[in-house]
Amino acid sequence: MPGVQGFMYPNEVELQWSILIVLYPFITGLVAGAFILASLERVFNVQAVKPTYRLALLTALSFMLVAPLPLQLHLGHPERSWEMLVTPHTTSAMAMFGFVYLWYLMVVLVVEIWLDYRKDIVLAKRSKTGFVRLVYTVLALGSDNISEEALRIDDKVGRFVTIIGIPSAFLLHGYVGFIFGSIKANPWWSTPMMPIVFLFSAIVSGIAAVMLLYIIMTIWRRKQVDMACVDTVGRYLFYAFLIDFSLEMIDLIHRIYEADESFRSLDFMVHTRLFLSQIVLQIIVGTLVPIAILAVIQVTKFTARIRTALYSVAGVLTLIGIFAMRWNVVIGGQLFSKSFLGYTTYKLEFATREGLLPAILVMLLPFVILAVLIYLLPPWKDEKPAVPKKPLTPAAYQIN
Amino acid sequence: MDRREFIMVGGKMLFMTAATAAALEHVMAGTPEKVDTYKAAEHWWALLIDVEKCIGCGSCVRACKTENDVINEPFYFRTWVERYHIEATDAEHPIVDSPNGAYDGFPEAYEEGKGKTFFVPKMCNHCADSPCTQVCPVGATFITPDGVVLIDKDYCVGCRYCVQACPYGCRYIDPRTHTADKCTLCYHRITKGLVPACVEVCPTGSRQLADLKNPSDPIHEFLRTHAIQVLKPQMATGSKIYYNGLDGAVR
Repeated sequence: MPGVQGFMYPNEVELQWSILIVLYPFITGLVAGAFILASLERVFNVQAVKPTYRLALLTALSFMLVAPLPLQLHLGHPERSWEMLVTPHTTSAMAMFGFVYLWYLMVVLVVEIWLDYRKDIVLAKRSKTGFVRLVYTVLALGSDNISEEALRIDDKVGRFVTIIGIPSAFLLHGYVGFIFGSIKANPWWSTPMMPIVFLFSAIVSGIAAVMLLYIIMTIWRRKQVDMACVDTVGRYLFYAFLIDFSLEMIDLIHRIYEADESFRSLDFMVHTRLFLSQIVLQIIVGTLVPIAILAVIQVTKFTARIRTALYSVAGVLTLIGIFAMRWNVVIGGQLFSKSFLGYTTYKLEFATREGLLPAILVMLLPFVILAVLIYLLPPWKDEKPAVPKKPLTPAAYQIN
Repeated sequence: MDRREFIMVGGKMLFMTAATAAALEHVMAGTPEKVDTYKAAEHWWALLIDVEKCIGCGSCVRACKTENDVINEPFYFRTWVERYHIEATDAEHPIVDSPNGAYDGFPEAYEEGKGKTFFVPKMCNHCADSPCTQVCPVGATFITPDGVVLIDKDYCVGCRYCVQACPYGCRYIDPRTHTADKCTLCYHRITKGLVPACVEVCPTGSRQLADLKNPSDPIHEFLRTHAIQVLKPQMATGSKIYYNGLDGAVR
């Protein structure tokens, strides 16, 4: 059989979960990570990261809205998916997704964003005209009171929601890890470490994504990058990465040392079919290099310009690494036979329902949503304009 | 009884009959069709596979595909047969093949006397604690009161979680319905007093249907007098496919 090496149970030759299921933990991870970064400012009063607070929340919402899409595209019968909400099978980890999702989206994210923006929405409703005014009137949900007292209550409730939100964000992504970690039939997935590894990799990817978005958007808007903010975010990224990497290494060392019945098969897979995505992309390019860059920044004194560039490189590499990690978990977990006697191949198609094209579109969609959200609910508050490169000298005006 | 009373009583009785009839019809609509005298609660189905009797002819695979309209492609099987070959000097690395699930049997491959070669029929283990029913998000796959794991195709959402959860590789997604599919132990046959198609056609009697709740079933004597093994016992799935003469190398 083409693409098969050794022996697979006949039904295993076809892969069940495609690139769309790789996107699912990647996207929910970005949501959870972005939210946790936002809550740093709110709950732990880290003032330095304030410029990213609203951007992080809007990023989380944009990705959260898209999170169920790859799942729906993947289902054999998406029209029946509502059955999971009306008649969930209580022993199924997957059945809980709808509830965890709705709780997080409706109770945490939307409420927190609305409370934080309520004043801006009401003010916009009062000043705008026409259709835009109508949009803000709907967004205001009938509220109009922006007195000191009302805003104080908003802030209090918002803080409470954030406090609920932190364990909820942990729950969201820990839960996604559990979906894989609880499959005892699959030794590549079945580990109690899975939820916690997923969680920390989520935090890493979310922080990296918001940091990158902040840097890119600030430069694009010709404003000055708040280096105190980026340095703090970068430091948190560094710490979260160290924890994440340690956890993954504990898992790896444990597997190598225990070397159970599945070890030889999995070890062979990592050295062959997963070598590029696991060793090269995930561990070296996507983890060790960005950790090294972030570590160097901690101990040296580069200029703001160089630091910004280094943070950007580290952020991009981090996102590549975390994506590779999701890929290796989801796809890697299906490349070997549960008989431990053979391997199959994943053939990524392009313009099919579960191909590369829909995957790219699904990944672009959150950015479109984010653009709309930023237009409606601008996350920027009083910033400094970018320093002009060089003031024009009178000589520049001279005509030769 | 005067005329007025007659009309009142008669009217009430007529009304109540109609209501009762409607109610009865409503109740009966939810009861299953009676299949002779079959009572699910009186059975607990299992299957015995005697590895030493299997000759790898593939009759069971062909019979299963025909009986159950299983799509005829090399990677959709409700049952299949594997050939294990173990060299005397290298017991650690069995060589396994199952060309087209043994639909056409096996080509000759190994010389007599060099190591050992045997056939292992595989199918859904109809586990009592099945991981596939545990993970189904909508409960489309379930275990019947008589111990058979089935799938409700009108309910399955096609998420493929059950395929991932089965340790034995017994499930697949039917490309025609986009729902999960696997062996039903020929439920349509065993509830009518017949044996599954694979059991029916096996020329050597390698497969035997067994009812663990029937005290006079020969399975009890067989289990008492033979060394029986299930696949991957470490998975603790409560597998009800019992193998006689199963080599430790089989996975």
